[in-house]
Amino acid sequence: MGNWPGVTVEKKEGRLRGRKDVVIQDLPGIYSLSPYTLEEVVARDYLVGEKPDAILNIVDGTNIERNLYLTTQLIELGLPVVVAVNMMDLVRRNGDEIDLEKLGQALGCQVVSMSALKGEGGMAAAEKAVEAAVAGRAGELPHVFTGSVEHAVAHIEESVSGMVDAGYLRWYAIKLFERDEKVMESLRISPELADHLEAHIADCEAELDDDAESIVTNQRYAYIHGVVSRAVKKKAAAHSLTASDRIDRIVTNRVLALPIFAGIMFLIYAIAMGGWSVSIGTRGTDWANDVLFGEWVPGLFHSILTGVGVAEGTWLYGLIQDGIVAGVGAVLGFVPQILVLCFLLAILEDVGYMARVAFIMDRIFRRFGLSGKSFIPMLVATGCGVPGIMASRTIEQDRDRRMTIMTTGFIPCGAKMPIIGLFAGAVFGNSPLVAVSAFMIGIAAVVISGIMLKKFRIFAGEPAPFVMELPAYHAPAPGNVLRATWERGWSFIRRAGTVILLSSIILWFLMGYGFEGGSFGAVEDMNNSLLAAVGSAVAWIFYPLGWVGENAWKLTCATITGLIAKEEVVNFFGIAFNYAGEADLMEDASGLYPAIAAAFTGLNAYSFMIFNLLCAPCFAAMGAIKREMNNAKWTVGAIGYMCGFAYVVSMIVYQIGGLFTGETTFGVFTAVALVLLAGIIYLLVRKGYQGEAVRNLRSVSAAGI
Amino acid sequence: MRTLKDAKVGETVTVLRLRGEGAVKRRIMDMGITKGVEIAVRKVAPLGDPMELNLRGYELSVRKADAEMIEIA
Repeated sequence: MGNWPGVTVEKKEGRLRGRKDVVIQDLPGIYSLSPYTLEEVVARDYLVGEKPDAILNIVDGTNIERNLYLTTQLIELGLPVVVAVNMMDLVRRNGDEIDLEKLGQALGCQVVSMSALKGEGGMAAAEKAVEAAVAGRAGELPHVFTGSVEHAVAHIEESVSGMVDAGYLRWYAIKLFERDEKVMESLRISPELADHLEAHIADCEAELDDDAESIVTNQRYAYIHGVVSRAVKKKAAAHSLTASDRIDRIVTNRVLALPIFAGIMFLIYAIAMGGWSVSIGTRGTDWANDVLFGEWVPGLFHSILTGVGVAEGTWLYGLIQDGIVAGVGAVLGFVPQILVLCFLLAILEDVGYMARVAFIMDRIFRRFGLSGKSFIPMLVATGCGVPGIMASRTIEQDRDRRMTIMTTGFIPCGAKMPIIGLFAGAVFGNSPLVAVSAFMIGIAAVVISGIMLKKFRIFAGEPAPFVMELPAYHAPAPGNVLRATWERGWSFIRRAGTVILLSSIILWFLMGYGFEGGSFGAVEDMNNSLLAAVGSAVAWIFYPLGWVGENAWKLTCATITGLIAKEEVVNFFGIAFNYAGEADLMEDASGLYPAIAAAFTGLNAYSFMIFNLLCAPCFAAMGAIKREMNNAKWTVGAIGYMCGFAYVVSMIVYQIGGLFTGETTFGVFTAVALVLLAGIIYLLVRKGYQGEAVRNLRSVSAAGI
Repeated sequence: MRTLKDAKVGETVTVLRLRGEGAVKRRIMDMGITKGVEIAVRKVAPLGDPMELNLRGYELSVRKADAEMIEIA
């Protein structure tokens, strides 16, 4: 078990193959049963609250000492435990020997070997666990603690026996010795009893001159060290370089690390999202968009529909073809790219490179409240925000993960490129600075948001310790990689079938229907559609952003249609400005330039562009946010924050920019914009809610004792 | 007092004690950095932080801010 990037962070339930009556619960990978991280609390609440019949503890044989640390804690729960030593193939290849018999005797439980990579021993280990569960007997507890610690723990056991389930007695006693607040609360320890226990703990602490938690940890590791030195024969000397270390000498080398990293990232980008002949992902997506959802599927539906008597031009035909097929197809077209990307990232994860990425990049991202692991989501998001947001899964720190999800959508994705291209061409004379500035604004939005959000209580707090295991490199297991790829790809496809399907239908309806000539029905002129009515009704919201005049509703509606997929903004302008040309607007929008140039000034074009780059992402990405946040409040909060931030930035740009270009005069909104700008600057420079000072104070005062 | 932060790359040091308390200290100890353990300092990340350690037969990375809590001989 472990928690480096790419390991389960949620509970998963399944049944043992061939044994319908056996339920297996996969718990998050953890290092300890301490009360300090979410994963550990989830695991421990389950183990104590749900009383499973047996625990199958899978440990990494190449790193047995650190792994047995958790094992000894699990055994103390008093449940039947089976230890499966994983990666035995690697242990053997290293020339090491693990005496399973001796290990079992020392720990008082069954120990078996397995290799998940080679598919060996997994079933046998599960069978052993089932046997242990049926027998229902836990082994004798190993004598982990000595001297005054054992003495104190035994006393505590005596004092609380009867208050807790007999089997869990030792575990509770040790937690009380550690002054575990969560356990103290759950047992409702009376003040008198607490004082009594405290006396024992304090005696022991005085004798050993350390705090209780440290005493327990020290003795536990000392015990394990003894067991391991008897049961494990290591061929190589301590601290000698393994094959993995030798790879790392190059891969995380001081000079080579960054170029290698850049190279790998470029390769992934090239294969999944680039525009070259090696770019399998892009070619797949082009094919899906142009052929599959461009000809085949509409063709198929055409023949089916006309076959059953639904003629072209009827509302049902329009609903299915223009609403559902076109809307869902636009999103499903991204599936090949996403699958290729997920596949490559799954390989990197499985090999163990992701932990190195975090190691290399941590320094930079820590500065604005993110961690090294935030880099991958941001990079992926330059192609598509959906897999980018999904890639944030590997960040186990709750706060960092939420912050990454909230800011990843700011990075301009592939679908925003046509918007940038349209304005660069129509309003800014094809200046390459427009695209560059769009990227800069995206990156700045991430950085500013990171620094700002960190100042709020919800994201503040003591910086989480970045204590991360760098797992040994190993060859990717095809099963793992394919499963990870499929799981992520499928979650995307499933969303296309639900949220996106529904929103496509609604938008199709809003765009195609309305009141025309005094009656409700399909409209010829989109100016009469319901969407236009909605757009006109809410267009005032965007007035401070400079979206004014007779075209204001078109800008508003374009933004709404952008929620399906950002490139729809360009298509919408095509319809709204009566573009009559033949060219595909995605490929060549130059026919649209005159109309756009007439409708926009430089400043409100820029304000519109910024808002659309930063505001709520497309429905697909919002679905991804919802899934990764796994919490309605956080989802709404994240999307709300993005929209709010976009609005504020666009307003500042338009109102204050306008003073310089003469487009706006000083008014109420200029004042508001200035206040907002001052607010952002204040948040950026203000001292953190709880910063380094607290941490240093703590360590200093403790050192002074 | 020397801390792990001051240790040179390639050096092998022994932990004397840990400063601080609470979650950060517990997390560091849970990962095997306890009194008396031998730690080999493997390298420092290309940008100067965090550092990579070898202890108890595996590789661990810690930030220098956290390494400052670990007193060494």
